[in-house]
Amino acid sequence: MSQGTAGRVAPKLVATSRQRPLISGDRLFRAIAYGAAALIMLIAAVFIVALFIPALPAITKFGLGFFVSRTWDPVRVQFGALPAIYGTLVTSAIALLIAFPVGMGAALFLAEDARLRLLRGPLSFAIELLAGIPSVVIGLWAFFILTPLMRDNVDPFLKQTLGFLPFFQGSASGYGFLTAGVVLAIMVLPIMIALSRDVIRAVPLALREASLALGATDAETIWSVVLPYARVGITGAVLLSLGRALGETIAVTMVIGNRPEISASLFSNGYTLPSVIANEFTEAVGNVYLGALFYLGLVLVVITIVVNVLARLLVWRFTGSEPTAA
Amino acid sequence: MSRPMVRILVDRFFGALIAVSVMLAAVPVLVLLLFVVIKGLPGLLTPGFFTDPPFPQGVPGGGVFNAIIGTLVIVGIGSLLAVPIGSLIGIFLSEYGRNQLGDAVRFISDVLTGLPSIAFGIFGYTVVVLTTHHFSAISASIALAVLMLPVILRATESALVLVPQSLREAGLALGAPRWRVTLEIVVPAALGGIVTGGLLAMARAAGETAPLLFTAFGNDIVQTNPFQPMGALALTVFRNALVPYTNLQDQAWAAALLLVMLVATTNILARVYVRRIQR
Repeated sequence: MSQGTAGRVAPKLVATSRQRPLISGDRLFRAIAYGAAALIMLIAAVFIVALFIPALPAITKFGLGFFVSRTWDPVRVQFGALPAIYGTLVTSAIALLIAFPVGMGAALFLAEDARLRLLRGPLSFAIELLAGIPSVVIGLWAFFILTPLMRDNVDPFLKQTLGFLPFFQGSASGYGFLTAGVVLAIMVLPIMIALSRDVIRAVPLALREASLALGATDAETIWSVVLPYARVGITGAVLLSLGRALGETIAVTMVIGNRPEISASLFSNGYTLPSVIANEFTEAVGNVYLGALFYLGLVLVVITIVVNVLARLLVWRFTGSEPTAA
Repeated sequence: MSRPMVRILVDRFFGALIAVSVMLAAVPVLVLLLFVVIKGLPGLLTPGFFTDPPFPQGVPGGGVFNAIIGTLVIVGIGSLLAVPIGSLIGIFLSEYGRNQLGDAVRFISDVLTGLPSIAFGIFGYTVVVLTTHHFSAISASIALAVLMLPVILRATESALVLVPQSLREAGLALGAPRWRVTLEIVVPAALGGIVTGGLLAMARAAGETAPLLFTAFGNDIVQTNPFQPMGALALTVFRNALVPYTNLQDQAWAAALLLVMLVATTNILARVYVRRIQR
């Protein structure tokens, strides 16, 4: 009797331990995967703290007045973000003004135009190549090739033809808002094109066919059917490009002239948020000076996060999937 | 002119406009590459470019050996950190991440993708440089690893999601536990996408300059100790461009060409690998 019970119990014990060992491989693996997920949350939390800590001396000294002060005077240890914010906005605006029409045209060509189908592959490749070129290389090219070109040809031409506008007055050194804007335009083109192309491709074919069947030309179809339908997604693409333009550092630092100035003239030297940091980090002495640089960094990060989140929401709503290039 | 005629003309004009803008978009790439090759090639072929450290300013000659070693060490350590962690997070997202935690991870990864690269430099500076009190290659590697993470984890996730559900079910039906199904069936099937993500992330990291300014800092001496300041190709391009010595400027062009070649090779490798896997 007792032996029988033991005989019945023993296999059951073995079976239980085989089904649920102390640490199963599955549980361990799951724990590791969840651990990795927790790690990136931890990194994000540390990231936020890491952006605040070195900026603290400047935050406590200047507070919110930092945003409205035009002074950037390392000698008297007085710092304000206004010139850098101004430069960031102006250069990004120039970049979008140039890149938007060109990028839209190129995206329409890649998504819609059937005539030169053979060219599409190489063109897509060229644009992806541009996306992969390190920004310091673009900066080098801009510094040695584009700046003299702007100084000797483009700027004088603009002065002659549009010189009555305040934007195109004053002496042109080649380094300044306009050159930086052109460089940024080149740098954001790949994202602008890739994202708009995907958005335009996502417009249902039936809409196009309906429009063409009603007798509309290709241009009319694009203008009054495709583009209105894709408007939200294109706005997202533009915002993502803006996010990229706002934060671009090295190439801009090499061509903007690096002077804390607020001037209506686009020929004038200027500064952007990231270029101040990159340019003055090595020479910054003292906690407040360094802190002011990192305060600028904090401002930059907050602005880009807002722009990016907004952009992603728009693109996401539209295509129902994540932006492919970013 | 009749109205249909006008409409056709407008159509043609629109088509031409589109063709012109595509040219406008492609021309900068070609001009840029042309200049980098023409101006960089002589420097690249100069004896000592690959094997000498930089000489003091004003002394002719010298090379970028320090920067080549630096880029390899910094990106190498960064990849060693980012690839395993990134692909694990990707596995989490695809296999366990259909919930709020997964969405939160995706959101963080998107935010990280959109951050300016200089922010990663600040991260590395605060977390490593301020705590160890000196600049080091390892601080740059950590900054770049965080920059690489989103690329790798997103590539891993999208590769894993594409693996047919029936493969997982077949593995489970044969009695294999889930972790073995994931590691021995799902991951190998998606390896192409994961490797591509890793290579693309490495290419991007190798070209970054801004994060290195506050972390690796630069070093004209050949340095292999990752706990010391170290040079990098991107830093060489940036610093030598702004120096009024033509031999150093030539070195900047040559280093830029080398950097472009490095990044392009990595990109092409990634593509070729994907094609081979897909076949």
